[in-house]
Amino acid sequence: MKIGFLITCLVDLMRPEIGMSAVKLLEAAGCTVEVPMQQTCCGQPGFNSGDTDAARSLARKFLDEFERYDYVVAPSGSCGGMVRKHYPELFKEDPDIRNRIEALASRTYELTSFLHDVLKIESLPGEFDGEVTYHDSCSGLRELGVQAQPRALMALNPKIKLTEMRDARACCGFGGTFAVKYGEVSAAIVDEKLGNIAASGARCVVLGDLGCMLNIEGRLRRQGDESTRVLHIAQVLAGDA
Amino acid sequence: MQVQSMHFKARAGQKLADERLQKNLKILSTNWTGGRARAITELDDFEATRDDAIRRRNLALSNLDVWLERFEKEATARGATVLFAETPADASRLVVEIAKKHGVRKVTKSKSMVSEEMALNRALEAAGIQPVETDLGEYILQINDNEPPSHIVAPVVHKSKDEVSDLFAKVHQRPRLTDIPQMTREAREFLRPHFLSSDMGVSGGNFLVAETGSVAIFTNEGNEGMCTVLPPVHVVVTGIEKVLPTLDDLAAVARLLPRSATGQSISNYFSILTGTRAPDEVDGPEHTYFVLVDGGRTGLVGGEFQDMLRCIRCGACMNHCPVYQKIGGHTYGWVYPGPMGSVLTPSYVGIENALDLPQAATMCGECHVVCPMKIPLPDLLRKLREKQLERGLRPWTERLGLAAWRFAARRPGLYRPMVRIAARLLKAVGGKRGRIAQLPMAGGWTDHRDLTIPTGPTFKERWARRSGPGSGH
Repeated sequence: MKIGFLITCLVDLMRPEIGMSAVKLLEAAGCTVEVPMQQTCCGQPGFNSGDTDAARSLARKFLDEFERYDYVVAPSGSCGGMVRKHYPELFKEDPDIRNRIEALASRTYELTSFLHDVLKIESLPGEFDGEVTYHDSCSGLRELGVQAQPRALMALNPKIKLTEMRDARACCGFGGTFAVKYGEVSAAIVDEKLGNIAASGARCVVLGDLGCMLNIEGRLRRQGDESTRVLHIAQVLAGDA
Repeated sequence: MQVQSMHFKARAGQKLADERLQKNLKILSTNWTGGRARAITELDDFEATRDDAIRRRNLALSNLDVWLERFEKEATARGATVLFAETPADASRLVVEIAKKHGVRKVTKSKSMVSEEMALNRALEAAGIQPVETDLGEYILQINDNEPPSHIVAPVVHKSKDEVSDLFAKVHQRPRLTDIPQMTREAREFLRPHFLSSDMGVSGGNFLVAETGSVAIFTNEGNEGMCTVLPPVHVVVTGIEKVLPTLDDLAAVARLLPRSATGQSISNYFSILTGTRAPDEVDGPEHTYFVLVDGGRTGLVGGEFQDMLRCIRCGACMNHCPVYQKIGGHTYGWVYPGPMGSVLTPSYVGIENALDLPQAATMCGECHVVCPMKIPLPDLLRKLREKQLERGLRPWTERLGLAAWRFAARRPGLYRPMVRIAARLLKAVGGKRGRIAQLPMAGGWTDHRDLTIPTGPTFKERWARRSGPGSGH
């Protein structure tokens, strides 16, 4: 099974080790992972800013780069949602491209849903020992229905103790450019999340998207919390953290 | 109502700093979301109920003119007068004319958001007619110097009981009360004489029923009946999109509205009012008028924003919105706050007059999930962002940033070394601490959070090293 790995721009720049953990998980499950090196960004920042043309042209670029794979996997519900849900909407007027995009979109998965729903893995390639709480990232949760999968995968390792926080499904306030344009409002929203993480008692929050990760981690550190860990689900499952 | 949406950012800052408001909003976001979550489980199949109601609303909207005509015919046959107003100001003029025609000096009002669009109270006062708000929340706002509502269902949700206690003591000139039933009784004592001396009642209308020419109203306080049945004249003001073909359709949406709004199976009062008082009837108004407001609604018919017209004004989108939960309704600057307001305000008052509203959303999608009409609010907000960009309404810094991103993202040969350099630069700036507390041009981020720096060479660099030189994949 040949996988085209959609790195996502934030993993590429900010947290490359998360990409490596994701690859480790896929390879341990018997996949052949390839990384098209021409890939840049799925187009979501432009799409959400109203630049639909740019999003469309990046969707075509994605099609050229990834169409040859059996599956496309991204360590992100946000980029996965962009491809699966929004790419087909971008080509309403162009049935040829639309059919190809739809076919590719249906083979594109967020990492945990691919591991759980498609590969149905039953063991994890690494060790992780500790108590965690899980934050549901918005796009993965609401656009792709990613909720049970990361929890079920963590349950494969009995040493991972999951303690749910209150309002785990509530937005962390990132929202892409929202976090920069309305920083003050965004900070007030993430403070709710920080309170819920702290109240859970777990000293480690696990999540599936880099935007939420940088937001939650950045606010924790700014507030003087140096110890609460913020980990990507791939790191925890791969035993790389 | 005057549009104040351009002050969004300044107001958001004030509201975030208002501790009392933050506490009040917390109660709303906890209790109301919990109530709705419980209430929808009472339905055997919430999704099927929702899909059925959506289908009915869509059918009505796709033939809006036909159903409005039918409504007009049936309502007229039952003694009512149906008037159409192109703008909210026209609607206000019509209501004032009706009042003058009947020699009205006092109007008792049941809650209506459309009357807020119309700034009806101001128009009545200008004509020398006294409007009295009788919904408890709206009454509180009116006696507090005509403060605007901050929520479409719970207009006074931004206020705590203490604030209302102070206000009642000041305005009623009575000893300060702190017990809610006692406070409510006091308000009733003040409202009762108004009910009995009212010349005309004005109400909103949650829905119009075409086949019977009726208006359906959901309320919780009983004031609506006092406004619609007691005075000799009853005027319904509502939007043209509220028409439903049949009573069956009404039953379908009635299963969703109170549950989505307040978490109630059904509101305390649910009235279906039809026509004027018949000779064999003991109560009801002698004259019934419907003032049906367009106010930008036909502009949405048949276009990419038509889904918005399905809105049944339950307020679930704002109750569940992480942004509304932090800044409250007043920040949005017009009649309708929250996600639905962020679509409606620019649509009704002009995109250029509400630039922040479509942008000030995290796109988390919860509004879409909880909307009983499944209005794709995030998609509609995104379309508004698209229109802002097309019309050159975004600041030049943002347009430049977007252009640079677009240029680079389409050119892998440029993008890859840029990311490589960025990773190293950020790492250098972050130094030993591993994070950046202040970054030029990224103040929106670093004013509130640290930027934890890249952890090493880019993924592509690591991958290329692993796969060996010359590897394309």
